Order: sequence, then C-alpha cells, then structure tokens
Amino acid sequence: MDFNFTEEQTMIRDSLARLIREQYDFETRMGVVNSESGWRPEMWAQFAELGLFMAPFSEDDGGLGGGPIDAMVVMEEFGKGLVVEPFVPSVVCGGGFLKHAGSAAQKEEHLQAIMGGASTFAFAYAEPRGRYNLADLETTAKKDGAGYVLNGHKAVVIGAPWADKLIVTARTGGDRRDAGGISVFIVDKDADGVTTRDYPTVDGRRASEVYLENVSVGADALIGGEGEGLPLIEQVVDEAIAATCAEAVGAMGVAHQMTVEYSRQRKQFGTPIGKFQVLQHRMVDMFMEHEQSISMTYMATLKLGEDEVERKKAASAAKVRIGQSGRFVGQESIQIHGGMGMTEELAVGHYFKRLTMIDSEFGNVDHHMRRYTQLSATDLKAAAE
Amino acid sequence: MNLEFSPEEIAFREEVRAFIEENYPEELKGFGSREDLTRDQFLAWHKVLGKKGWSAPAWPEKYGGTGWTSTQRYIWSEENARVDAMMPLPFGVSMVGPVIYTFGDDEQKARYLPKILSGEEWWCQGYSEPGAGSDLASLKTTAVRDGDHYVINGQKTWTTLAQHADWGFFLCRTDPDAKKPQEGISFILVDMTTPGIEVRPIITIDGGHEVNEVWLTNVRVPVENRVGEENQGWTYAKFLLAHERSGIAGVARSKRGIERLRNIASTEVLDGEPLINDDSFARKISQLEIDLTALEFTELRTLARESEGKGPGPESSILKVKGTEIQQRLTELTLEAVGTYGAPDYRGFPEDGSNEFPIGPDYAHHSAPTYFNFRKTSIYGGSNEIQRNIITKMILGL
Repeated sequence: MDFNFTEEQTMIRDSLARLIREQYDFETRMGVVNSESGWRPEMWAQFAELGLFMAPFSEDDGGLGGGPIDAMVVMEEFGKGLVVEPFVPSVVCGGGFLKHAGSAAQKEEHLQAIMGGASTFAFAYAEPRGRYNLADLETTAKKDGAGYVLNGHKAVVIGAPWADKLIVTARTGGDRRDAGGISVFIVDKDADGVTTRDYPTVDGRRASEVYLENVSVGADALIGGEGEGLPLIEQVVDEAIAATCAEAVGAMGVAHQMTVEYSRQRKQFGTPIGKFQVLQHRMVDMFMEHEQSISMTYMATLKLGEDEVERKKAASAAKVRIGQSGRFVGQESIQIHGGMGMTEELAVGHYFKRLTMIDSEFGNVDHHMRRYTQLSATDLKAAAE
Repeated sequence: MNLEFSPEEIAFREEVRAFIEENYPEELKGFGSREDLTRDQFLAWHKVLGKKGWSAPAWPEKYGGTGWTSTQRYIWSEENARVDAMMPLPFGVSMVGPVIYTFGDDEQKARYLPKILSGEEWWCQGYSEPGAGSDLASLKTTAVRDGDHYVINGQKTWTTLAQHADWGFFLCRTDPDAKKPQEGISFILVDMTTPGIEVRPIITIDGGHEVNEVWLTNVRVPVENRVGEENQGWTYAKFLLAHERSGIAGVARSKRGIERLRNIASTEVLDGEPLINDDSFARKISQLEIDLTALEFTELRTLARESEGKGPGPESSILKVKGTEIQQRLTELTLEAVGTYGAPDYRGFPEDGSNEFPIGPDYAHHSAPTYFNFRKTSIYGGSNEIQRNIITKMILGL
C-alpha cells in the first residue's frame, strides 16, 4: 500500500496549479463563463501543452504512462479553480472508451487527437426519461449495410457545445432497460441529422440537448462489440465518477478555506464570528467532510482496476459520500458567509453551485446508495453460496 | 499510489493469521470485547502476545515494538478483528507506555516497560475528576513534596477497570500557585496497593462495573515515580491523548461488527422475508459501511503520514470523532435489528453454570447493554466536542 504521488504527478499538480493561479482567477473565469462561447480554446490548448491529456494514458497508447491517479490530480486542481473546460467528458470519458475498447485505427485517429487537444469529445449518454440508469435508452442504432443509423434524444450533454465528436450510447438490440443490446458509437457533431440546442448550466458550464435523426455512421464508429456496451459504459462512468469526486474535493477544500478565512474577518457583536464555538464546530465538521471525501476519492480511484463488483461498490460509495459531503460543505459555506454568501459577486456561491450539480452527475446520492445496497446483497448471496 | 499488498505483506498476513488461529485462547472465542470479563480473561491474549513480542506493535523496536510498517499493523488489526480478539487494553500499551519510553528515565523504562509488554502489570488512568472532565486542566488532586516522597490527596473518577489495576498513572497538581491551570501539573506513577487508595465501583447504565472512583488519602509515592519534569505533566498528558486517539478509530472491529449486523439482519424476519431485504434497513447498513470506508481510508492516510516519521497530530481527532460515531451507530443498528429480543436483561437470569442465556437468539443478549455502554465513546478520550475544539485551534487556526 502506498499513498504517495509520483514525481510526475506532483509536477503535473504544481504546474497546473500555477497555470490556474495565473490565468484562471475568479474574475477571469466569470468573464469567460459569461462570454459567448463560455470557454477558452486557448486555455484548453495550454492544458494540452502541459501534457494533462496525455498523462492518464499508457505509453503504448501514446500517453505518458499514468492512469486514473493522474486524472484525479488534474481534476482536484480543476475543482479548486472551478475550471469549466471539459476534461472529464473529453479525456476521461472519450479517451476512456477508446483506451478500453478502441481498435488500433480508432485509437490512432481519435485518441491521439484527444491527447493533443485537437479533438474535443462529449459524452452523450443521458436521456430525458432515463434518469441515472445507463441502460434505460430510447435512442436506437439500426444496422444499415455495414454501418448504423441512429435516432434519439440525448439530454444535458456537458461540453457538447465545445465538442467536435460525441460518444453516443444507443440500443442495437434488446428492450428498454435490458443490460444486453447496448452499443457505443463515435458520432461527428457536424454529421447530417445531428442537431443541438446549446445552453449554459447553472454552474457555469455549457451543455446541449442532442437530437439524432437518421444519423448514418460507418462500422468504424462502433466502439467495442455490438450489443455488449453496458459493461464498458459502466467502467468508463465509474472512472468519470472518481474524477468528478476529485473535482468535488478540490471545490470543497476551497469553499471551506474561504469560509474559515471569512469567519476571521467578519465581525459581529464586536468579535470575529470565527470565535463563536457553534460556527467553529460547524467548520470543523466541514473540514472532516472534506477529509473523508479525499479518502473516498483515493479509495474509488485506486479500486478502478479491481474486479467489477468491488470497483462498482467503491465508485458508488465514493459518490454517495461526496454527494453528502458536497451538499453539507456547500450549504454551510453559504450559511456562514451570511448575506454575502448569497451574492453573485462572491466566489463562494459558485463553489456551492458546482458542488450542488456534481451530485446529479453520473448518478446522485440516492441512485448510488441503491446501487451500493444491491451490490452488497449480491455479495452476500455469493458468500452464502 | 496503490493498494496492493507486496508478496512479503501477503506472507505476513498468512503468518499472523496462522498464529492467531493456533494461539487465540479457546475460552475467549466468541466473547469479543465485552466489558464483563475476568482479569485473567482480559489478559489471556495479551500474555500470549507478550511472549511472542507482538503486544505493542506501534512501539519503537528498541523498547519492544515489532518494527512493523503501517501496512503490517493494518493487517495485524484486521486479522485480530476476524476472530473478534480481546486485544491488550490501551492503558499500558497505548497510553502510559509511550509516555514512559518518550519522557521517562532509563530506570523507569527498565522497570515498567517489560511488564507492560508481558501483560504482567495492569495499568489504569487517573485523569478525570468530579470537577475536571472536559476541562481536565482544572484538576484538583494534589501531590505535595515531603522529602523524597509525594503525598497525594484527591479524587479521580471514571477510572476504567481500576478494580484490576496494579499501577495507575495520575495527573496531580504539584504547583498550586502556577499562573495557568495547565502549568503546575505532574505525571506520577502510583502503585495501586499503596495505603490510602480506595477504589469504589460506579455502575453504568448498561449495568456493568467498568469504571470506578479512586479516592486518594495521604498516598505516599516515591519522587522517582514522577515521569519527566515536575510541573510539566500537561505536555505528557496531551502527548498521551494524541496517542490514544490514533488507535481509537477501531476500523477493523467495526468492519467485523457490520458483518455481524448483516448476519443478524439476514436471520431476523420481516413480513416473511429476511430483514436485510427491507430496503430502508439495508440502506442504513450501506450508509454505515460507506462512512466506515471513508474512515478506513482516512486512517490509512494518517498511518502513511506517521510512517514517514510524522507522529499522530491533531488530525487524529478526526479518527476519534468519526470512529466513535460509527461504533455508536453500529451498536444502535444492531439493537434495532434484533427487535423485541433486545429487551430481556441478561443480568436478570440466574447463572446456572451452563453459560446459556435462556431467552431469545444469542446475538440479541448483549445488544442493548452494548448500545448503552457505547454512548461512552463520544465522551471519553476527550469528548467529541473537545476534539472539535482541538481541530478548531490546531488546524483551522481560529
């Protein structure tokens, strides 16, 4: 067992932290968030130059030989800076599908482009009536000659306005909610039949509703085996969960620090409010929630390579804990900031908003509590047999 | 970063597992960490470990520690929890031992440490007083110098298992004129057979006799029994509390407790189905297990820092707070799981020599007393509110 970061990981953390400090201060971020495009392609290019997008991939795939820990390091810093650029959708999800199941040709074409920052992916998995069930798909992909024709509506696809490629999950067989019959496709966003409605999200990012109407793709668009996509999707989503937890950890840490600092400055009844024990203990509870979240993020990240049940339980446990901690830390940050916490001009409210939205990404507390409980029951049955 | 065990660590796990299987005292199996054991039962495993040299894994090797890495210690506690082992009590091994080898003189080290390791001498902790609980520094017990003796007068309370103790470590006021309450306290080792000591039982809400009052009237103790400098006892007392906290998380034991809880919930029946199939109960167990996982990894992170030579710091307060919250929740859910058979009082049935409790399933017998008893955990060792004060001051800097 080892909880140390490698030199490379420490280097990534330090250089990324510096870049964010110098070019991603809160005012600059707000300017970007409120701009027309909502992101900075030149910032994205700088992240690529730092090697962030190559870090989590093996050397065989043309990466730097790291893995999920490297993604965790990146996302914690992204969380601290409330970075809006789509590392999770493009690198963790897009890159993740290719890493696990991409053919040599697909890797050559797409993974290289992701790692270099030339191509940006978004992950179109959710649907308006699917909630968090990854298998509850109404989108279909019908065999058409060697290729497929896709139809459907994908909901709240984070980063899609900035993406040139989409990963789309669709049914090639089976009934709605069946585990079998799900396939994963790479779709050009400018392909005929793809339309999007782009919009901002409440936490400063951009997303799209993606409509697929008789979108033709070739056989080379399919990642992994036809109809065998669900285990792959679950693996990638668990990796995305771990990375998102790291982002939450970064955001929670800053929200907590800001709150402690504010309690030192703000005076009421002639004394800094940080001298009041009722607030001190609440800030200690925030500190403990943050620490527990760090632990859970390490745990889930380190268990991504373990067997399926163990991996899924770890990801769900982390997502439950981080959902709960994020809510607590976010809400108490606002409460202790008082009226000032309610204002758009203060950064703390934006941390609160991001933490709030993280809970509903890739399944919320209830969803993952349910998944964890079901997996535990499976474990128990297996042990009994 | 990785969670893998090295081949050496896997071999180590096999070694300790085999040792525990062969040597864990037969008579203690199934007892767990109950509070109503006899002195010999409490010490049985400790003595076996003492002979093997494994009774104090965390100590430096030169004083009789094992030299194990933090991972090995983690494996060790997991393996002991598998059999629900009655581990050496903390008062000698985790509390006074580290104070003696850190601050004591050579004679004290030679005199006390071997018998702590072997389990030959039982220690108790003379800290709290009727007027000094969370505000420990306000303690009033005095030690007045008289030639080469101290004469101790006062009253200690909540002294755990003092009825069995051979020795006690006591905080006494040696300078009544000190400017601050934390100053003027000394750390003194007292032979519990010294005339003037009276131990009176306190019966707690679980019906057990675990804690005591200790009355000290003109108790004469040689000056050489003082550890470290006179009037510097508060420093040693705080050092001890930080050490106490780091072992207090009880992760391996709580894991075993959750396993037991799952078994109970699989046996208990609700609407003709195992209770564990009830979604709302199953989710309570899930939440507990998730919280325990968070604690486990927080402890592993702390241990990793410690093995880099950073001793237990204020972050060990997290382990105390979260560890005890989880232990309490576990006893609470266990009582909930057993349902109405939590009610019969096992102490109300005469001992008939068969050791069989006549009413309800075995697992129900101690569920209520254990739940009652575990309310202590958020109070002792510095209450959880005091832990929050420590974090406020030491980490948040407020």
